[in-house]
Amino acid sequence: MNFDKEFNASGMSCPLPIVKTKKALVDMASGQVLKVIATDSGAVKDMQAFADQTGNTLLSTSEEGGAYVFMMQKK
Amino acid sequence: MTTKKMAIIATKGTLDMAYPPFILASTAAALGYDVQIFFTFYGLQLLRKDLSNVMISPLANPAMPMPIPMPVMVQMLPGMESIATMMMKQKLKKHGVASLEELRDLCLEADVKFVACQMTVDLFEFDKSEFIEPVEYAGAAAFFGFAGETDICLFV
Repeated sequence: MNFDKEFNASGMSCPLPIVKTKKALVDMASGQVLKVIATDSGAVKDMQAFADQTGNTLLSTSEEGGAYVFMMQKK
Repeated sequence: MTTKKMAIIATKGTLDMAYPPFILASTAAALGYDVQIFFTFYGLQLLRKDLSNVMISPLANPAMPMPIPMPVMVQMLPGMESIATMMMKQKLKKHGVASLEELRDLCLEADVKFVACQMTVDLFEFDKSEFIEPVEYAGAAAFFGFAGETDICLFV
């Protein structure tokens, strides 16, 4: 899947993956896609909750080599 | 959609109890909440520029997981607090948990408003120059001005 920006949150624990995903989205344009990589398993539920509450769209969640990959489309 | 609001009262000044207010506040801000933390009593320690005196003690904290069982008599020995704090900080770092300083900075960056209780600042004779900025100084009535309009209000 194509993306416009990548943010690697590997090794970070709650709440950093969410708080820094929010920061990464700030300078992006509406419709652009942010790829987030995280190793915190709590991020799976949190990333969906973040999308639900902020209006951004979580296009996909996948697991690649022990890490979680999220595609977040900016509102 | 109206902006949601959250207020937290932070009353504790130990390392373990310092985390919840900053974690919840930074996360809520990331979710778009308008957030205010009211620091009172020992929570005021969390506003000091230097957080090195925010420590954890195994004493009277039987739920704290220890690498080896530690009798209370041992926990009372001088230096135990420093050792426990050092171990806890190493553990936090190893697990990728942000330091208190970093979480506090993230809160400020996200426009979380910090309010210090003026009465307890006076009570404990805190020197305001030791506190970070920006911090507002106010009382209980001012807290309710914001808290009364919130969706979530927590006491830590």
